[in-house]
Amino acid sequence: MTMRGRTAIEQAILRSGKRTAFIPFVSAGDPNEDVSFRILLDLAQFSDVIEVGIPYSDPLADGPVIQAGSQRALQAGMTLPKALRLIARVRAVSDVPLVVFTYVNPVVQYGVDALMQACADAGADGLIIPDLPFEESAETREAATRRDLALIPLISLTSHERVQMIAASATGFAYCVSSLGVTGERASFAAELRAFVDAVKRASSVPVAVGFGVSSARHVRELAEFADGVIVGSAIVRRCEEIQNALTSGDAARLDASVEALSAFARELSEAGR
Amino acid sequence: MFPDERGRFGEFGGKYVPETLMSALTALEADYRRLAGDPEFSRLLRSYLRDYSGRPTPLYFASRLTKFAGGAKIYLKREDLNHTGAHKINNTLGQGLLAKMTGKERVIAETGAGQHGVATATVAALFGLQCTVFMGEEDMARQALNVFRMRLLGAEVVPARSGTKTLKDATNEAMRHWVEHVQETYYIVGSVVGPHPYPMMVRDFQRVIGDETREQIIAQEGRLPDVLVACVGGGSNAMGLFYPFLHDGAVRLIGVEAAGEGIETTRHAATIAKGSRGVLHGSMTLLLQDEFGQVQPAHSISAGLDYPGIGPEHAHLAASGRASYEPVTDQEALDAFATLAKVEGIIPALESAHAIAHAVKLAKTLPGDAVIVVNLSGRGDKDVHTAQGLLGGNLQ
Repeated sequence: MTMRGRTAIEQAILRSGKRTAFIPFVSAGDPNEDVSFRILLDLAQFSDVIEVGIPYSDPLADGPVIQAGSQRALQAGMTLPKALRLIARVRAVSDVPLVVFTYVNPVVQYGVDALMQACADAGADGLIIPDLPFEESAETREAATRRDLALIPLISLTSHERVQMIAASATGFAYCVSSLGVTGERASFAAELRAFVDAVKRASSVPVAVGFGVSSARHVRELAEFADGVIVGSAIVRRCEEIQNALTSGDAARLDASVEALSAFARELSEAGR
Repeated sequence: MFPDERGRFGEFGGKYVPETLMSALTALEADYRRLAGDPEFSRLLRSYLRDYSGRPTPLYFASRLTKFAGGAKIYLKREDLNHTGAHKINNTLGQGLLAKMTGKERVIAETGAGQHGVATATVAALFGLQCTVFMGEEDMARQALNVFRMRLLGAEVVPARSGTKTLKDATNEAMRHWVEHVQETYYIVGSVVGPHPYPMMVRDFQRVIGDETREQIIAQEGRLPDVLVACVGGGSNAMGLFYPFLHDGAVRLIGVEAAGEGIETTRHAATIAKGSRGVLHGSMTLLLQDEFGQVQPAHSISAGLDYPGIGPEHAHLAASGRASYEPVTDQEALDAFATLAKVEGIIPALESAHAIAHAVKLAKTLPGDAVIVVNLSGRGDKDVHTAQGLLGGNLQ
């Protein structure tokens, strides 16, 4: 039996065989459940870990691109239980580590303990909850740890003296936020990013990945110099807009082409980390 | 005393924000605690409240409204007589001064109807700070005059185009903007909502309403009131009135929620009556949401109450039973709006009209020597246009 949970994530990043592991983000059910499943299967072929977003009405940490992806999924009827079923479908055919990305309110509504159990049952390996800072995370951490699920914390350029505490608590990987602000494509990174990532590495016993703004193969090569993994969200989700348009058009060939374009783009970024 | 060191009011409150903001919130709390104990800060704030905003505001015995209701005596705490026309300035003067004295050069704010936006733009002008206000695109259309006011005061008004394009989304946009500009920007939150320390800080800046009321009612009636009534959106005017009376068990505290078209419909903003526990805008509170935790749109005739959440301290006061919360519909509020204009010559804000409506209902059930204080949190000039559309044919 293949290992699961936090160890699966940590090993997948450390043993990716690349300079930096590739961790794409997509919203579950964007633009609809079936196409989303197809996208996830494509990504599973060359990704080291995949983040699956639970669409939410008020995604505070996200910029316009991921907000739009979230809206497309919600309009197509995606819910948290359906997202967990989608994860289970992927798990049935792939061993790629899967991380659930969700805001805290759906967690509270579902019940912290019940959701951790449901995540484990679906075959997810960990969670990222961007609006659950360390100070509020004790109950969730305990419930996740009990099931060997990773609780992956975000660490920011403004974390300063908090870095030690957060990095030491990280399981799965430590998620370094590349710059101030919400998710979204950016032209370049903060000058102090490398020193920041190095500081997190010193404080942490798990791999350290960088996200927010990573949007090109050039970025991936640049970050591969010092990050164990890169997270790419908006640049991929933006390509779901065309998939949605293709879906609406009813043109099957156009739909295939748009899904293939997303995969090709993601594969190029993954390869850039070699 | 609440909040505790984690910013909790019982099980509500806390700090649920992206990590990027955590250091800023810790620094803000430290700055606030330091300045709150600084005599120079207190002296300056008191002088601005008096000389700039016109405090203390009167506590007015509304004899004709009392007669109209036919029961308990009704007093009105005249927050509508503040500069900019509502209680919002108590908080923006406090936070604006805090921003100024901690060396910030730029403030941002969210606004629904535009009252908090105007109050923020006003103190930004007063203290020479740059100001950006986030406002839902829908609300900008509904409250065009306040948009112009803010611009006249030198503020930049940015439309929030996400989600429902109202106050909830303006707050999201303000927080997103703050995450990006946290190092040089002070966020003036407009109500007793948001992550700790905001609910505490805004309450403390608004408690001047209750402190004055206490002195004034003792001077006029020789005793404490039997009931305090205030409308609740996020809940800052109610919290400000209630707070100095929390330990006076004999004083009933009643918050009035917007029932919109009725709490049995889906079009209301009655968070306490119909909401459930969850996290909105950085704190654990009660909110309107579906079974999966998706935040549901609120509705009220009054843009200031049109909010799917409520301050965490109100959620706590409701849970503990110290305060009760009553729903008042759009129609009842509109009737009270017209009544107060006719019998007292005071045009209340539609928000405050909700409190008036409940006070009149309640007064009828109480004896003539009972005393009710209603917070008249704002004036109604901003709502005359809306009311004209709705009441037009009925005013003969």
